[in-house]
Amino acid sequence: MTISVDPPVRTAATRRVISARPTPQDVTFVVAARSAAISTLVVMGLIGLFLLIGAWPALHQQGLSFITEWQWLPEAGTFGIASLLWGTFLIGLFALVVAVPVGFGAALFISEYAPRSIKGSLITLVDLMAAVPSIIYAMWALFFLQAHLLTVAQWISVHFGPVLPFLRVNTPDSPSSYTSSAFIAGIAVGVVVLPTVTSIMREVFAQAPIGEREGAIALGATRWGMIRTVVIPFGRSGIVGGIMLGLGRALGETIVVYAVISPMFEFTTHPLQSGTNTIASHIASRYSESGGVALSGLLGAGLVLFLFTLVINTLAGIVVSRSRSGSATEI
Amino acid sequence: MTMTDDATLVLPAAQPRLPAALVAERVSAWFGDHQVLEDVDLAMAAGEVTALIGPSGCGKSTFLRILNRMHELVPGASLAGQVLLDGHDIYDPELRPIESRRRIGMVFQKANPFPTMSVHDNVLAGLRLTGRRTRRSTSDDLVERSLRSAGLWEEVKNRLGTPGSSLSGGQQQRLCIARALAVRPDVLLMDEPCSALDPTSTRRVEETIRSIAGEVTVVIVTHNMQQAHRVSDHCAFFLAAEGKPGYIVEQGRTEDIFERPQDERTSDYVNGRFG
Repeated sequence: MTISVDPPVRTAATRRVISARPTPQDVTFVVAARSAAISTLVVMGLIGLFLLIGAWPALHQQGLSFITEWQWLPEAGTFGIASLLWGTFLIGLFALVVAVPVGFGAALFISEYAPRSIKGSLITLVDLMAAVPSIIYAMWALFFLQAHLLTVAQWISVHFGPVLPFLRVNTPDSPSSYTSSAFIAGIAVGVVVLPTVTSIMREVFAQAPIGEREGAIALGATRWGMIRTVVIPFGRSGIVGGIMLGLGRALGETIVVYAVISPMFEFTTHPLQSGTNTIASHIASRYSESGGVALSGLLGAGLVLFLFTLVINTLAGIVVSRSRSGSATEI
Repeated sequence: MTMTDDATLVLPAAQPRLPAALVAERVSAWFGDHQVLEDVDLAMAAGEVTALIGPSGCGKSTFLRILNRMHELVPGASLAGQVLLDGHDIYDPELRPIESRRRIGMVFQKANPFPTMSVHDNVLAGLRLTGRRTRRSTSDDLVERSLRSAGLWEEVKNRLGTPGSSLSGGQQQRLCIARALAVRPDVLLMDEPCSALDPTSTRRVEETIRSIAGEVTVVIVTHNMQQAHRVSDHCAFFLAAEGKPGYIVEQGRTEDIFERPQDERTSDYVNGRFG
């Protein structure tokens, strides 16, 4: 038997505001860190604002046709970035076709298969690849890669062109039909963004928890089975983030594209054919000779590129950081 | 392997297989130049539960990981001696490690279900990983049987589709036991399976261990003396002097080890006077 006894009646204690006085060191540090963080945002904002103000005359004059116009004839008053957007898209696509599979494989090799003795060197090597200035890649692409890719492009065109019309070129027998194309520039850019893609993916794969890895191995999994059930599912968001970050770099790559392509202001469905253009390369090639509304147009093109890369990088950051695997990954 | 055909998977209940004995002979182990185990002989009887007890750092877990070739995953790890499963050395160079691991399952200290897979798929993960195909009805049956063996079926039967990571800690550990049992191993190794669990979950896991003993040979590492007393048939007491490799001080029937230990150190340890 239990006897219930009413608890003694007491008035509730008043709630307190919990406060703590920070030390002067903390205050100094917080102020310094916060202002550094804010100033990066302010600089980004100012760059965007500068581009918008500079681009306004062109945007105002052209209206929506700034996006839809294929030609770039500022003197005649008709200019737009449609051809630039299309070329940027094509080159980004080819870059990813190269960088994603190779980067994925390289990342898996480094994190899962490479012997410990060479793993560190491989990681450093990939980092070094990212540190090579793109002008070096540009020269390599122009004087070495292009010559070799011409044969590849020709082979693809001759063998698959009859079936897939977009792989045809005007004069398939002449190697010069294949120079300076979106295909060649795209592959060169793919090599440039490869280390970015590889290092993001590798970092995420390496974080796949040891407990789950051992769980799979203890069930009798082969190494590939373990990678398939543990590492890749764990790293999925890192794969997506790596791809998007690579795309962001590819869209902005300037000097490699500028060196390889021959500028063209048309809609082309033949990426193997000579001639293409991108926003970044176009700005680089025209800014010194442009003034007035033409310069304003270039700033407008720059604004579009700025917004694109901002959005893609932000999305990549969100994808990576929101996942279980990416919470500790810096991009 | 003889377990690749569907028939074996459909009928095991009707044809109980005899569990296999596991015998370690003169096992020593090293990490680099550092020796962690010296000359360990231990016979783990078929269908019984063998508990490995002893203070931290005496090589129990290393010994357990040697029993299904997990030890060699650590860079620089090496060993001497042999481990016989039904008389055959699992370190035979002719054998692939994955073949030994398929017959000798393992449950870890920290539950490690595959978080992106459903409860159902977690149970079947071992079959998928070893490339065994099963019919839908067969696999559903296997999932139920494995979860029942692990004492988890009643709690999860209505949410087999939810991710393995949505279960509680104790349920996750029993899911891992079910996952290990689903491939019908001869031996199940358990490395402190209850050390991260609350008392209720611990009791459940212990009941599970008692109920599967007989069907599989169980080897369990535990720091909990009462647990060793409750679940095991045999006990092996490991000890290592400071900086020296671990070895077995005493082994025998559990009641002998706890009630009539021959060695004073065993007596001190099982009575909680050190470690």
